[in-house]
Amino acid sequence: MTLRERLREKISAAFYHHGLLCASYPVPIILFTSASILTCCYPLLRLPLPGTGPVEFTTGVRDYTVPSHEPQGDLGERPDWYRGPPVAYIQQVLVKAAVSPWDSSLVPVDVFRSPLGRVFSLLEEIRNHVHSDSTGVRSLEALCLQVTDLLPGLRRMQSVLPEHGCLLVSPGNYWQNQRELFDSDPDPLKTIQKHEPKGLHTSATLRDLLFGVPGKHTGVSHYNRKRVVTYTITVVLVSYDTRFLGSLRSRLKQLHPSANCSLRDDHMVHVHFKEEIGIAELIPLVTTYIILFAYIYFSTRKIDMVKSKWGLALAAVVTVLSSLLMSVGLCTLFGLTPTLNGGEIFPYLVVVIGLENVLVLTKSVVSTPVDLEVKLRIAQGLSNESWSIMKNMATELCIILIGYFTLVPAIQEFCLFAVVGLVSDFFLQMFFFTTVLSIDIRRMELADLNRRLPAEAGLPPPKPGPLRPREAPPPPRPSPHTITLQTPAFRNLRLPKRLRVVYFLARTRLAQRIIMVGTVIWIGILVYTDPAGLRTYLAAQVSEQSPLGDSGGGGLPPHLGVAPVFHAGDPTSTLSVLPAPEPTPLPENQSQGHHGSAGAGPRPQVPPAVPQITWGAEDEEGWRRLSFRHWPSLFSYYNITLAKRYISILPVIPVTLHLSPQEAIETRHPQDTRHPPPPIPKVSADLQTDLTLYKVAALGLAAGVLLVLLLFCLYRVLCPRNYGQNGVAHGRRRRGDLPCDDYGYSPPVSEISPLLLRGHSMDIECLASDGMLLASCCLAGQIRVWDAQTGDCLTVIPNHGLRRSSSSGCWEQRDGWDNCHLLRRRSVPARPTLFTDQPDLTPLIDTNFTCQPPSHLATPPRGGFDFGGLVERAYLEHESPSPSTYPSPSSAASSSPPSAAHLQRRRSLGDAPTLPAQDRASTAGTQATADWDSSVWAMELRGNLIAAGRSSGKLELWDAVEGSLRCSNEDGVSGITALAFLNNRIVAARLNGSLDFFTVEINKPLGLLQYRGAPGRGSMPPSPCYSSEDVISCQLTRSVQCAHQKPITVLRAAAGRVVTGSQDHTVRVYRLEDSCCLFTLQGHSGGITAIYIDQTMVLASGGQDGAICLWDVLTGSRVSHVYGHRGDVTSLVCTTSCVISSGLDDLICIWDRSTGIKLYSIQQEVGCGASLGVISESLLVTGGQGCVSFWDLNFGDLLQTVYLGQSSDGQGVRQLLVLDNAAIVCDFGSELSLVYVPSVLEKLD
Amino acid sequence: TTSNINGTTNLVIRGTMLFSVGVFLALVLNLLQVQRNVTLFPPDVISSIFSSAWWVPPCCGTASAMIGLLYPCIDSRLGEPHKFKREWSSVMRCVAVFVGINHASAKVDFANNVQLSLTLAALSIGLWWTFDRSRSGFGLGIGIALLATLATQLLVYNGVFQYTSPDFLYIRSWLPCIFFAGVITMGNIGRQLALYEYKVVQEKTHQD
Repeated sequence: MTLRERLREKISAAFYHHGLLCASYPVPIILFTSASILTCCYPLLRLPLPGTGPVEFTTGVRDYTVPSHEPQGDLGERPDWYRGPPVAYIQQVLVKAAVSPWDSSLVPVDVFRSPLGRVFSLLEEIRNHVHSDSTGVRSLEALCLQVTDLLPGLRRMQSVLPEHGCLLVSPGNYWQNQRELFDSDPDPLKTIQKHEPKGLHTSATLRDLLFGVPGKHTGVSHYNRKRVVTYTITVVLVSYDTRFLGSLRSRLKQLHPSANCSLRDDHMVHVHFKEEIGIAELIPLVTTYIILFAYIYFSTRKIDMVKSKWGLALAAVVTVLSSLLMSVGLCTLFGLTPTLNGGEIFPYLVVVIGLENVLVLTKSVVSTPVDLEVKLRIAQGLSNESWSIMKNMATELCIILIGYFTLVPAIQEFCLFAVVGLVSDFFLQMFFFTTVLSIDIRRMELADLNRRLPAEAGLPPPKPGPLRPREAPPPPRPSPHTITLQTPAFRNLRLPKRLRVVYFLARTRLAQRIIMVGTVIWIGILVYTDPAGLRTYLAAQVSEQSPLGDSGGGGLPPHLGVAPVFHAGDPTSTLSVLPAPEPTPLPENQSQGHHGSAGAGPRPQVPPAVPQITWGAEDEEGWRRLSFRHWPSLFSYYNITLAKRYISILPVIPVTLHLSPQEAIETRHPQDTRHPPPPIPKVSADLQTDLTLYKVAALGLAAGVLLVLLLFCLYRVLCPRNYGQNGVAHGRRRRGDLPCDDYGYSPPVSEISPLLLRGHSMDIECLASDGMLLASCCLAGQIRVWDAQTGDCLTVIPNHGLRRSSSSGCWEQRDGWDNCHLLRRRSVPARPTLFTDQPDLTPLIDTNFTCQPPSHLATPPRGGFDFGGLVERAYLEHESPSPSTYPSPSSAASSSPPSAAHLQRRRSLGDAPTLPAQDRASTAGTQATADWDSSVWAMELRGNLIAAGRSSGKLELWDAVEGSLRCSNEDGVSGITALAFLNNRIVAARLNGSLDFFTVEINKPLGLLQYRGAPGRGSMPPSPCYSSEDVISCQLTRSVQCAHQKPITVLRAAAGRVVTGSQDHTVRVYRLEDSCCLFTLQGHSGGITAIYIDQTMVLASGGQDGAICLWDVLTGSRVSHVYGHRGDVTSLVCTTSCVISSGLDDLICIWDRSTGIKLYSIQQEVGCGASLGVISESLLVTGGQGCVSFWDLNFGDLLQTVYLGQSSDGQGVRQLLVLDNAAIVCDFGSELSLVYVPSVLEKLD
Repeated sequence: TTSNINGTTNLVIRGTMLFSVGVFLALVLNLLQVQRNVTLFPPDVISSIFSSAWWVPPCCGTASAMIGLLYPCIDSRLGEPHKFKREWSSVMRCVAVFVGINHASAKVDFANNVQLSLTLAALSIGLWWTFDRSRSGFGLGIGIALLATLATQLLVYNGVFQYTSPDFLYIRSWLPCIFFAGVITMGNIGRQLALYEYKVVQEKTHQD
């Protein structure tokens, strides 16, 4: 016992107790968990809401001091970021210029050419402004922000933006701040346009940067109704000097007074920028979120076999989300303020934490035995998975620890979050999710209690829950040895109403659609609420359309109520030292006059003859109308980031310029008049902006439609309608539809032609093969031997005991058959259509009459028809070569009193004790030992010996080629329900639960034993070939009397082991050599219905409880245990990688053998669920209504469907046998079909 | 012949889906790189819609389609069908981790390039171990990553585009890791899509 083992045990025990606790007190635990979640999330309330828009803070200008770095106690509304000096101070000089009065001789270019030209003199003025007082001389050079190179990617802007000097931008930058260049520029508009980016742009354009006002407001265009040109000169200062700025302000105001200007200049605005998430960054974010949702969707879809799938999925998502919230909350509580962008790392955190544990827990709990108490189920499920959960968690923690030692701050922080998230996720899984799961399981038990047939009397009595009265009344309790089964269709009808609602939801995929719509809406909200996203862009577009539009998104803090002290145009105590250049004579009067006339009211349509310059409130903070990426982008050109820093914007300096027409004409470029603007621009200018908006809208719409289409296509393609769902959801197929049409498509063309083997008169019951030969036995007791290669009928061993099949007798026989059919390893579902099979006998009877010798007409009338006549000829053929060569007890002794079960089981055709005396006499004469009274219940074929177990308990060995009885053994009295024939041993299981081991001894006259190599893969030991001269005897070597308490239902032998399964819920493993019982395997909570064992000692068993167990044959321990079927498991096959099971629910499930995870399931035809076989490692064959289907095991794809014949459409394949030569044999009704699979043959070679 | 046609349509459908996934991822991930000025394209292209040259997404799309088709093909040739975590949730997790690796390469500020490259290499190998674990996947990933790195070197050498701070000849040293992770991711998607091969066809025939 290593440390690991001990640890594992301890963990398992701890989880077990924890599971008990959770399931016992669900409500207090959920309350406790919710409380702790809320407590941990409480610190989150103090965090600012996420958002990327800039935040503003306004202070007065007069008492402004640079804020200190240290956080100062209670400064009230002062925000956290307002610490330390700003990145820069922005001083804007807002220039409004107009040519007035407007002259009809002026051309449109004049509107902006001379006003723009004035920028150079203003620039000169600002650059050269020097303030000197007692503290020294200050100039702009000393105060402004000195910039270096532009970013290397911006070569094209090099000519326009300043480098290596003051960051001073103005429209003059277009012409390198040189008046001469401007004057010689034939088309300034073109120059401006040249630098505009093509296509869509989300950040500030160069034009916005240089003009400092939104492009629409500059008035620089050929069509300008107001004829006022607006632009700014933006000075970026690195330090704040009150005196210098004051003197500059008064100087400019003095030179260019703005008479009617009442702009407030008493407060400065500090703008704090957050980490930017532009639309470009939003796309990766949205993508990660889409991936996250896909991940959650695909994960939660795997939750199966629970009461409320969506409830549990919701619980899983809540678990993960609240664990993240808790982690953020806890981190905040301990002072680790998140510096990472929460929205960005969130999806990765979810992916790291994952939903796997939750799913594993669910699966584990669901696959515990259903008959246990809920508490115990939860506890068992938890403890089963405890080790893997702990291991996973330890691994993840290790990985995160490694990540922590990368010593990269961002990764360290991520790891810290992930650790706290993991731990809180574990906590929530253990407390919250487990409890929710226990509640769910309890609900399911209550609802399921009456639907699930109690397999044994030991089940806890149904709890008197509130659901009880609404449930359908429980079916009548069956007798212990038989089980009545409703037809699948009938079972479906009895689903509770709630379940039907759920199925309806599942069928219409309502919930999935709602989630899809929800996702789209959520993304929409995300985009809409994100201030950096589309909305601002669109808002900016819209506000550009309307000149008065206020685009200052977000509530502005109220301006500090400082009374204006500086009045407009009032030069205060500043002095300009340098003489200003002679100001241009201003047409004061006209300006005033125009202003007066403006009071009369604006004339909206007709452009005013005299342009008027007005100053309004919107000019006060003109920068608000700019894109709020304006400043970040300006600084980013010089590789200065404003993220998480702030700038201070000083009040603008208004400058009004009035130019005379004279001046405008003087500054004209010769080309200005030569190119009169076309009349169209007026429209086109408007149209252009309009078109941009429309283009954006159209593009957005098209992209949206495309996205929806793409999503839809992906959805349709990726989610086929029946992905891993139990077949109930997609509705039952109508009768008369195409066969094998479960997936809604017509079957592909068949290239394989089946071989029909006809001859049996009644339904085929037993089928056995050794690869070369094929033996079949029908209900009439006739055994036919076929060549498995060619399909020729070699031998017919008739049954003379057939007597009666009157219709009334048939009905009750059928009833008896239906009651007990489950005892046999082959289950024929009872369905009404079976009764229609009954008239099958009529053709048989007709033929019988035609060839009947007249003597048979004398048979007693109550005997009905003589079936013996049917095989008369064949019987006569074999009469001569089969003289009895050995002594045998008389057949009369074989009619021992059958047990009660025996009688109930089948008083059918063969058992009818109404043998005519003459037949009996002839039988006794020719083949004295043949027991015609009983029917064949089990048959095996090895070499050329057929072993047949009869209902009378007699074991017969027939020569397959000659059709002669070689020996028989009558040591047992109870009917043989199953046979196994391995090497020279025969094992027979009897109805009374005993197990007999026989040895076949061959006494060769020549002492020679020929061996005929068995064809195929060599997995089977070569069967000895017995020649007709041999004397064969069959000795009972050992009889285990009470092998099982109840009838043995399944018997399988391979690899020197004999495995039996019984109604008493146990599986027993015997050694073939000495018939010693090695193990009794317990674990099923119902009778065993299917067993699989092969040469590699793989043992699987399935029971009536729908459970499948995998066992280790060497140790007798249970390897895995899964619940897969609602109802009995009818058939089981294993390959090296997977386990294939079929159940009474007509579902074939494919499980991963090592992990026990269900890979997928295939919905079968009604009543054909049991017929399946594996041809090769990856080829599965299943039977259907008159057809067989081939499936690719790896992918679960239907490869081909082969129809067995026109007449057989109505009948389902009930038994399917895979031969070694890659042929399959299946029976439907009275016919056999031999299908070769050529492609597999090639593969095998 | 019908199966032939089915096979071809199917291949085309899968190829198209892989192509679109590749284009989408290329656009998104390139956006991450361009934002941080890791790669530089001529400036007038920067302001175009998706901030990269037109030829990048189609190239990535084609490459991912080829990889995505190659993986299941090689699996079937080798006769060892990929059994490890064949679920869409796992594929989604893989894609998310891949985007995360790209994110880290673009956004996380590392002390030096060696550290960054080593971290990313570890992450890529971790991606392979978590979601693939097949030898063929590893080999193919390494091979294609080397080829792609070579191609990128040539492209940069010819001046088609450039990296801001190359530290491995002309490119960034983490590029092979990204390529490797990308190959693993696309292979994962391709394998998962191959699972649905027949169902797509069958459903289509039904709709017809």
